[in-house]
Amino acid sequence: MARHRFGTTLASATAAAVSLALVAGCSSGDDSDKATAKDGKTVITMGLFGVMGYKESGLLDQYMKDHPDIKIEAEVAGDEQTYYTALQTHLAAGSGLKDIQGIEIGRAKEVVDTQADKFIDLSKTEGVDHFLPWKLSQVTTKDGKVLGLGTDIGPMAICYRKDMFEQAGLPTDREEVAKLWAGDWSKYVEAGRTFKKNSKDKKLAFVDASSGLFNAMIYGDEKQFYDEDGKLIYQDNPVVQDAWNLAVSAAKDGLTAKLPQFQKGWDPGLAQSTFASTVCPAWMLGHISEKAGPANKGKWDVAQAPKGANWGGAFIGVTEQSKVKEEAQKLVSWLTAPEQQAFIFEKLGNLPSSKTALDLPAVTSAKSEYFSGAPIGQIFGAAAKEIPNKQVLGRKDAAIKDAFSQGLQLVDRGKDADEAWKTTDERIKKLTR
Amino acid sequence: MATSTPAAPTGGQPHPASAAPPGKGGAGGGSSQQSRRNIIHRFDLKGMPYGFIAPFFLIFGAFGLYPLLYTFWISLHRVELSTMHTREWRGLANFTELLKDDLFWNALTNTFTIGVISTVPQLLMALGLAHLLNYRLRGSVFFRVAALVPYATSIGAAALVFTMLFERDFGMVNWALGAVGIDGIDWSSEKWPAQFAISTIVIWRWTGYNALLYLASMQAIPRDLYEAAAIDGASRWQQFRTVTIPGISATIIFTIVLSTIGATQLFGEPLIFGQGPNGVSGGADNQYQTLGLLLYEEGWKNYQMGRASAIAWAMFLILILIFVLQRVIGRVTSRKS
Repeated sequence: MARHRFGTTLASATAAAVSLALVAGCSSGDDSDKATAKDGKTVITMGLFGVMGYKESGLLDQYMKDHPDIKIEAEVAGDEQTYYTALQTHLAAGSGLKDIQGIEIGRAKEVVDTQADKFIDLSKTEGVDHFLPWKLSQVTTKDGKVLGLGTDIGPMAICYRKDMFEQAGLPTDREEVAKLWAGDWSKYVEAGRTFKKNSKDKKLAFVDASSGLFNAMIYGDEKQFYDEDGKLIYQDNPVVQDAWNLAVSAAKDGLTAKLPQFQKGWDPGLAQSTFASTVCPAWMLGHISEKAGPANKGKWDVAQAPKGANWGGAFIGVTEQSKVKEEAQKLVSWLTAPEQQAFIFEKLGNLPSSKTALDLPAVTSAKSEYFSGAPIGQIFGAAAKEIPNKQVLGRKDAAIKDAFSQGLQLVDRGKDADEAWKTTDERIKKLTR
Repeated sequence: MATSTPAAPTGGQPHPASAAPPGKGGAGGGSSQQSRRNIIHRFDLKGMPYGFIAPFFLIFGAFGLYPLLYTFWISLHRVELSTMHTREWRGLANFTELLKDDLFWNALTNTFTIGVISTVPQLLMALGLAHLLNYRLRGSVFFRVAALVPYATSIGAAALVFTMLFERDFGMVNWALGAVGIDGIDWSSEKWPAQFAISTIVIWRWTGYNALLYLASMQAIPRDLYEAAAIDGASRWQQFRTVTIPGISATIIFTIVLSTIGATQLFGEPLIFGQGPNGVSGGADNQYQTLGLLLYEEGWKNYQMGRASAIAWAMFLILILIFVLQRVIGRVTSRKS
């Protein structure tokens, strides 16, 4: 029986689309005169992913209102993996690109290394010096070309359930909770052991998954998987090894619910309250409040993480192919200006990558009602300043991070930790080959 | 059969319209106009069919054959998606490396095992279902339509619902198992449960479709064969075995061929079942990664188009191999009988 007709169709459609794109790429580089002026307006197209917030917060509408001669057409892809695959195809084919394209941090290095000539230089943009120093360096080429301006960053904190902490005899006040593990991730795991021992409900887990812990630990350091020369160093990097060992010990001691973030079972886990804490970057708060639902409002709180670390964040750049570079550049610079970044934070919780914005009252005084009125502006703002001033990125960061996350899941399944490391190592070698 | 037709002078081979002289004997030379008309007429007869089917083959050439050949060309190189224009010639190295790759053999085995545990029960159930539907029963149209509903459901929706049913902590399957005292099974991270769960999706979607194929073919079996068998004292089961099964054997082979093709290309169900990075790699331990997923992982996660193309061609060759094997076995068994 022709079982997977749909799957087959999907695969062959993708293949056909790709080869078509390739054909297009070989035959003609430009889309001739694509109408940039409809009813006299200048059209700026944007390709975005996830919840970058420009469309969602109404900023684009605001800009069009202020500039009646501009029309913005934004396309938002839900999943970054899908978005990046399409972006790469378009870049390779030299067609189908939008005027403005988003770049995720895990892909930044690859874009800088292989596609720098496809984006215009934004280093001369007016008032561009308000960003955190390390943010723009991530999308700057060796000869000083800036390929994109920063949108948000992902400083981390610990989101925890007050009610669950209380029944296990742990403090519930966010200052005291932060003191439990201040300065050292192993103290966080130690708190987990106490939790497990004293918890009345033995089914409750302390943390969702060991992979979140691993991410938080490695991203607190300058280097993770690569060194500045683009050489792989994860095998010998003590930061990676320590993070691995601690994550393994948390898994072996049964402190996790074996529910990796954003994967199967995690959302139901939030909704049904099966774990007491999770490592949460600023942009995750929206997701947690949505999935844990109104029933758990006021039970969650946010405490400072043991160490500052950055997970996620993005950039937006203008493509060389665009016919409206000047207008697009203006839009990019306006969208990433401190006021707009602060506005998005208020609306959606994406923390500004602009130093200036981090000090705006709208950010510093922000509180989250869902998370028991936690002063998230202060907590994440402080965490942002603790992030190392430099973050060395690598070409396959995103894929390597996934490989480690899967390696830790193997440990969760009961595989020997050394075996799991070996498997992970082999996988990374293959995907970077 | 050939005895009733007059023996062709050329000896059996049906020649494409043997060049018979136009007209009967010429009838006085025939004007040039008439011979032109003859040419047009002949073109009309012989050329037009090709004209009519040409669009299909043109489209097939552009969207089927060209990608196929281009894929092979790509598979001889090291190419990354982001830099498609820079290719590094590798010859057959992608293929030889593939043969040495544990993941390839793992994916091949998984494709085979999932294929077997989904196809065999599915076809057997379809056979049984068709047999039941073949009886005169009230509301038979309803049952026939109902059997086809899963087939009309989108793969995404079906896989997603089954994923929720097989959820570890709050899934309905584990809840039901818990009610009879069986501890929760971690459906997605254990190998066999995961493969079983994926097979369930496949079985659910395709059983009805196959049942209808069988049913159509069962209804073509003359009733008097059953009557004759009944008079000879054959039980229902004997009738099924000796009348029904041989009667629909062509359809059975057809469904087996189609299932084999489908099983080799299994992709959507495990991808959605795993969700996110675990879908692409077929579980954290690749425990349900099929060839289709491996291809996807190399192409759309690692962005190694050369390696992905090599897998695509390997899958193609495997299908051809299966097809040839099936022909050989078919010929050997028919010769024996």
